[in-house]
Amino acid sequence: MAASGRIWNTLTEPLIRQNPVTLQVLGICSALAVTTSLDIALTMAVSLTVVIVLSAGFVSLIRRHIPDAIRLIVQIIIVASLVIIIDQFLQAYLFDISQRLSVFVSLITTNCLVLGRTESFARSNPPLPSMVDALGNGLGYSLILIIIGAVRELFGMGSLLGISVLPTIDEGGWYTPLSLMLLAPSAFFLLGGLVWAIRSVQSEQVEVAEFDPIDDAEERR
Amino acid sequence: MVDLNPFSAWERFLGLPNESRTKTVGMAFIVAIVCAVAVNGATVILRPIQAQNRAAEQQVRLEALVSSIPGMGDLIAKAGGDALSAVVIDLDTGQAATDVTPETLDAALQAEANWTTLAPEADTANIGSRPNYAQVYILRQDDDVSLAILPIGGAGYNGPIQAMLAVNGDMNTIAGIAIIEQSETPGLGARIEEPGWQADFAGTRVRDDSGTMRFSVARGPAASEYEVDGITGATRTSNAMTQIVRFWMGPNGYGPFIDAVQRGDF
Repeated sequence: MAASGRIWNTLTEPLIRQNPVTLQVLGICSALAVTTSLDIALTMAVSLTVVIVLSAGFVSLIRRHIPDAIRLIVQIIIVASLVIIIDQFLQAYLFDISQRLSVFVSLITTNCLVLGRTESFARSNPPLPSMVDALGNGLGYSLILIIIGAVRELFGMGSLLGISVLPTIDEGGWYTPLSLMLLAPSAFFLLGGLVWAIRSVQSEQVEVAEFDPIDDAEERR
Repeated sequence: MVDLNPFSAWERFLGLPNESRTKTVGMAFIVAIVCAVAVNGATVILRPIQAQNRAAEQQVRLEALVSSIPGMGDLIAKAGGDALSAVVIDLDTGQAATDVTPETLDAALQAEANWTTLAPEADTANIGSRPNYAQVYILRQDDDVSLAILPIGGAGYNGPIQAMLAVNGDMNTIAGIAIIEQSETPGLGARIEEPGWQADFAGTRVRDDSGTMRFSVARGPAASEYEVDGITGATRTSNAMTQIVRFWMGPNGYGPFIDAVQRGDF
C-alpha cells in the first residue's frame, strides 16, 4: 500500500506542485515555440511525454552500466534516437501535424526537461518509478502547453482545435484576432501570468528574494 | 587459458567497474549500435508510407489548384479525363526531356550530375542548386499550350517553400498558385496558405511588354497588375515569394521552356 502511494505521489507531484515548467522552469523553449494552436501543442505534449517515458525507462534499465565519464552522451544518444523514431512515425501516420511541427519535434532532443529527468531521477532509480516520474513530468509539461496553446489559439485566431469559437472579422464576425498571441512573446507573458497565479495559491513555491530592492531596504531602516 | 565462451565474456564485461576503459568504450559502442539499428529500422520501414503521404498531398494540392482556376473545370471536362499531361522537361533546353519520364524522375534526381549549382548572384531564390529536370503539367487546346503548372520553390523565412504555379498559355499571366510545403510563422507568413491571398495571383502578370521582370509581392495592397497584395507582418516571407516566382520564371528557371512555348515549338 505504501509503495503504491509513493508511486501515485511521484506521478501527481509534478502536475502542479513540482511542475517542471512553472516551478523548475525547464522546457521553456518549446513552450514558447509550439503553442500557437491547441492541436500542435497537444501533439508536441504527447510526443514529449512518449519520449520522456521511454528514455527514462531505457536509461533506468542500463543505469548500473552507464560509465560516469560518458553518461550524458549515452543519455543524449538514447533520447535523440527515440526522437528520430517518433518523428518518422509522425511523418508516416500524422503527416499534416508533422509538417506543422517541422523542426520542433527534433528539438525535443535538446529539451532540458528530458535530460533533466533521466539525469536526476532515472539514473538512480529502478525502471518503474523512473517511468512514472517521467510520465508525471510529461503530463505536467503537457498541462502547461495545453493551457497556453488554448489561450493563444483562442485569442490569436478566435478558434479552438480549428473550430471557430469567437467569429473573426475575416469570417464576418466581430472578433479582431490578437496577432501578438501568435508570436513568441505572448507565450512569455502567459507563462509569467501562470507562474504568478500558481505561486499565489501555492505560496511555498515563492522563492526567497536574493536581494532587497534599495527602496525597501531604506524604508526598513 | 583464455575463456572464449561469449556468455561468460559478456558477464565479465558487465562485471567490470564502470570506470574501466574497456567498459566505457564498450558501452559507448553498444549503445551507439543499438540506437543506429533502431533509427535506421524505423526510417527504412516507414519510408514507403511517408513517400505515399507526400505524393497524395501533392495530388490533392494540384487538384485544388486546378479547380480554383476560373473556367478550368469546364476546360478539363471538355478535353476529357486525362486533360492534364505530366511532362518532364529539361530546364536547360526548355524541351521535353528525352531520357527521363515522370516515373524515372525521382531516380534521375538522386544523381548529382542532374543538378546545377547556382552562382550566388544567380541564386535569388536561395536554393543552392537547381535540378536539371522538372515535372510540369500541361493542358493543350488545339495543339497550343493553354495552361502550364510549374513546380517552384525556394527558401522562405523559416524553411523551404514549395509551390505549384499555374501559368496561362501566354506564359506571362499567372492563373493560380498552390503552396505545397512551407514552415513560415503561423498567423503571419503561414498566411501564404490562405486561399484569400492566393486568389490574388490569378491574372497577375510576370513581365511587362518589353520583357522586363516586374512581378512582386507588394508591401501593402497591390498597386499594379504586376503585383500581389503583401502580407502584413510577413515582409520576409513576401520577399521570398517575390524572389521564388522571379527566379523560376527567369532565365535560370523555366526561362527556356517559356521561350519555347511562346515560340510555339513545344
